[in-house]
Amino acid sequence: MIGAEAIVKCLEEEGVKYVFGYPGVAICPFYNSITESKIKTVLVRTEQSAAHAASGLARISGKPGVCAVTSGPGATNIITGIATAYADSIPLIVITGQVKSDLIGSDVFQEADITGAVESFVKYSYLVKKADELPRIFKEAFHIANTGRKGPVLIDIPIDIQQAPVKSFKYPETVNLRTYKPTVKGNSAQIKKVIKELNRSARPIICIGGGVQLGGAEDLVQSFAEKHGIPFVTTMMGIGTVPTDHDLYFGMVGNNGKPYANKAMNEADVIMMVGARVADRAISQPDLITKDKVLIHIDVDPAEIGKNAVSSIPLVGDCKAIFEDLNSEEFDIDCTKWVKELKKYKKELCPVRKPDKKYVDPQGFIDILTNKLNDTAVYVADVGQNQIFSCAYVNIKDNTRFLTSGGMGTMGYSIPAALGAKLADPKRQVVCVCGDGSFQMSMMELATFRQHGVQAKIIVFNNSYLGMVREYQHYSYKDNYSMVSLDGSPDLEKLVSAYDFDYFRLENMNGLEKTIDAFIKDKKNCLLEVMIDPMDLVKQ
Amino acid sequence: MQKKVFSLLANNTSGVLSRISGLFSRRGYNIESITAGVTADPRYTRITIVTSGDDEVLEQIEKQVAKLEDIQVIKELVPDESVYRELALVKVRCAAQERPSVIAITDIFRGKIVDVAADSLIIEITGGIEKIDKFLNLLEGHEILELARTGMAGLSRGIENVTFLP
Repeated sequence: MIGAEAIVKCLEEEGVKYVFGYPGVAICPFYNSITESKIKTVLVRTEQSAAHAASGLARISGKPGVCAVTSGPGATNIITGIATAYADSIPLIVITGQVKSDLIGSDVFQEADITGAVESFVKYSYLVKKADELPRIFKEAFHIANTGRKGPVLIDIPIDIQQAPVKSFKYPETVNLRTYKPTVKGNSAQIKKVIKELNRSARPIICIGGGVQLGGAEDLVQSFAEKHGIPFVTTMMGIGTVPTDHDLYFGMVGNNGKPYANKAMNEADVIMMVGARVADRAISQPDLITKDKVLIHIDVDPAEIGKNAVSSIPLVGDCKAIFEDLNSEEFDIDCTKWVKELKKYKKELCPVRKPDKKYVDPQGFIDILTNKLNDTAVYVADVGQNQIFSCAYVNIKDNTRFLTSGGMGTMGYSIPAALGAKLADPKRQVVCVCGDGSFQMSMMELATFRQHGVQAKIIVFNNSYLGMVREYQHYSYKDNYSMVSLDGSPDLEKLVSAYDFDYFRLENMNGLEKTIDAFIKDKKNCLLEVMIDPMDLVKQ
Repeated sequence: MQKKVFSLLANNTSGVLSRISGLFSRRGYNIESITAGVTADPRYTRITIVTSGDDEVLEQIEKQVAKLEDIQVIKELVPDESVYRELALVKVRCAAQERPSVIAITDIFRGKIVDVAADSLIIEITGGIEKIDKFLNLLEGHEILELARTGMAGLSRGIENVTFLP
């Protein structure tokens, strides 16, 4: 057995089904060996998409997504994808080929110090020096990526290591990492304090972050809230955790969130932040949520607690373990008055849009689309106005998932992420919603769907602008639009027909339901172009 | 701004020092000095970092360093309960007739003359940061040609804070 075969064997041992990537000389031994395996390979059209596709797969399957690219430009091209996963704590295993061990550091063809370059975007990285170390390194890498606060792990493997003989292959059953032991169970004294604070609270609120889904604690958190009648809001990464029509749900917080969600946070006396990092876009003034309030901060990463807001009760651990404990505690609070108050705000502070009838109104479109999707659909939103509209108007049912690039805000995320999500669970409906800007950042991946027989359902909001930046220039630069016009964009009907996609189009709200029905029903790959008012604003 | 000294026990792997110093530079933390050396157990490296910042920053430094996968232990070396030492090598310009005065100052500070040349001396001196600073001040009038300071190494006093490794 050689190193490359050992790598494939390690992936098989971990139950990996797909590897997304792009080959080159330095990773060829690996791609040569993988043809013998049942693991399927998916050739993306640019390396960044490999990481996004792996991210989509990871978020639906709950297992680390795997991608493998070559050295030099292959490795540097994937960095944005790695950083995107890191910002949202998505577990990835990124394999990069590297030049021959004895040439490292001599600037040979396609050499890049990739472990150095990704240092601040990975949870951990390895540069493999002996082929015999591969089984241990892979075992550790999968463990590190998918435990504690999840994240990408990069394994850089020189070509000579991939070709070197492996004396005896034995995949370790356990990991032995002396210095890495994430806290799972919440401290019981802290849990008692949480109960005590909630017990004397009149206006508690739970703010659900992305960590709740990553920890698989969706049902536990929801049943905790329901049991005690505690209202909840979400961050952007928390969307998809709870049904949007839930009686206790009061929207997404933040500067792009619902005014009544922010009001709920400001009026609360106890805030339970769960798996959320108090990011600037969610909580623009952290002192407001700590002043005159009790902040209970629950996170698996101790460094997040106190980073952006000083909490009164820090509680480190896995959301699932902590909410199992919290659910077993008995206490009695009455939030009915507080919930009634919040419902009043919800009615009063609900922003009313005044859409131009010549175009499709994103609110009405997203509302009807997501009502028509299955309970288990996956909605993948890109970045830009399309993302903010999606967050605001998506209907989440019991098992709907909502994927987007939250922390990094990486344009072009949705198309490859939808590919990965569909492969993770082909039975689920997956729709991808992007703008005409973000579409053009990833449109080369239409071929990937076609080549690998993965069904694509892509919706493009066409407003002929980089709408989010245009909106920013409207508010902050007196409408001096600079670098935001997308004139010159392709005719999407012609473009997708070149990839043998079906094409649907909506000019305005006429025939909306019929077109959406036909789009959802279509068995082929398809794209729906939705014409949006170029001057539309997410904040009106 | 206050100063803190942290003692770290880290895996003795290649790149561990760059992972730590990289964390400091990318998050904008100060490093006043950093020293590293293998421990009695060759699997580990002991690193002493002198850093400064306000309370929140110092708390974040401790947490962010602890979060690095290669760190076994990070603890603060509290001044009263710890011993700190730094070593400095000082090369001063010194003609034969000036030697007695330089040697006299060196003796007072319990330093050693480790190299003598026709018109220079190298002095080795060990102690806390302040002692070395004072010594360098007293050398005023003699031109310091080269100076190498190791940065601070430290250990906590007594047995209470010792981490026994498996």
